[in-house]
Amino acid sequence: MTAVVSDQSAGQPAFVPGAPPPASLGADIWRGISRENPVLVQFLGMCPTMAVTNTLANGIAMGVATMFVLVGSGLLVSLFAKYIAHEVRITSYILIIATFVTLADLILAATFPDISKALGPFMPLIVANCLLLGRAEAFAAKVGPARAVADGVGMGLGFTLSLSLLSAIRELLGRGSLLGHDLLGPRFEPWVFMVMPPGGFLTLGIALLGLAGIIELRRRRAEGAS
Amino acid sequence: MTAAHQHGAPAALTPSKSTPAWRLLVTLALAGAMSGWLVVSVYKVTLPAVQKHAAEQMRAAVYEVLKAPARWDTLYLVNDALTRTAPATADMATVPMAFVGFDAAGNRLGVAITAAEPGFQELVTLMIGFDPASGTLIGFKVLDEKETPGLGDKIERDTAFGGQFAGRVAPLTGVKGRAGTPPSEVQTITGATISSRAVIRIINNAVARWRPLLDAWDREGAK
Repeated sequence: MTAVVSDQSAGQPAFVPGAPPPASLGADIWRGISRENPVLVQFLGMCPTMAVTNTLANGIAMGVATMFVLVGSGLLVSLFAKYIAHEVRITSYILIIATFVTLADLILAATFPDISKALGPFMPLIVANCLLLGRAEAFAAKVGPARAVADGVGMGLGFTLSLSLLSAIRELLGRGSLLGHDLLGPRFEPWVFMVMPPGGFLTLGIALLGLAGIIELRRRRAEGAS
Repeated sequence: MTAAHQHGAPAALTPSKSTPAWRLLVTLALAGAMSGWLVVSVYKVTLPAVQKHAAEQMRAAVYEVLKAPARWDTLYLVNDALTRTAPATADMATVPMAFVGFDAAGNRLGVAITAAEPGFQELVTLMIGFDPASGTLIGFKVLDEKETPGLGDKIERDTAFGGQFAGRVAPLTGVKGRAGTPPSEVQTITGATISSRAVIRIINNAVARWRPLLDAWDREGAK
């Protein structure tokens, strides 16, 4: 633990095993949406990102379900972390995550059966989304419940927004509609390619390219200003 | 082998004292029990809604494929014969059912049955409405499919394809590139030929399987 202290006293925000630096709840939420966006920056949860972003409704549903699991598991992991022995922590975290995934699956099937049917096997597969175990182990287990929930909300929002962006592009070009409402009219020939898996990779690649361009522009502007 | 290996992990990463085995067991047992309790509780709360949705979907499908019947009877297939009484012991989800629809005057409109066979990728489940006496189709509805989005899944949404089936007589044949002619031809969907043929095959097999059963029911069971 001495290494952690010396790193922080040196003012270097290096990645170290230990608690994340203190921050306000607002900053915890904003970080997940922006600087540490799970999909566009951390590249976590790529499987659902590719699989269910073929329509906007599916993308939003997967994002909200993942956010529910992030918040629920983050809260429980944060509350119980100090009672869970180091040796069985992964088992316990996965159990907590799997429980919330099952709850999300059941609640979705009871409330929105059509979306539940469309997401099919990808709902239970949220258990295997590395975003969840990653946040439980790296963040929720090391902070209080309020910060764990804020992080879950932020990461969940970041995940939902990224999936919404990708799925909106894919649905608009691949089906000519958004949320099932026909927008481009009968004369538009849908790019079927976009709703199939290769379209997912292409859209993600273009989104990452755009993001990298924005980051590079801002860096140059900052350099020019200084 | 080397000194580093013999010393194992750095001191900072090793827990200061190891946890006794009974504590690990108690932790996992408690976590498992809590998880089980939560899942079962929510399952019990959501089950009625899930069953209601399934029943509603079935009802809407029967209503659609039999063209708005006033009422219908449900027949169960047990031991290769149809019966009006639901089998008590068997798992209800696996019992094949036929829905016999009648108009307001009591005339039989037709029979709706469900059938599932592999499509392009996975099982395609249809509800098929037909007249068992002549083999004439009334309509069909896709209950479940996982065909290619944008191509094969047109069997579910393409109204020009779905609309052809009413009045056609099974066994059907699929034709490509031109309109199907009565009594038994239907045009397959461009880009979804395999999925369209799967629909035709499912209908043909289902009608061939159910017509003798329903004939036998008309002769004996319905009395």
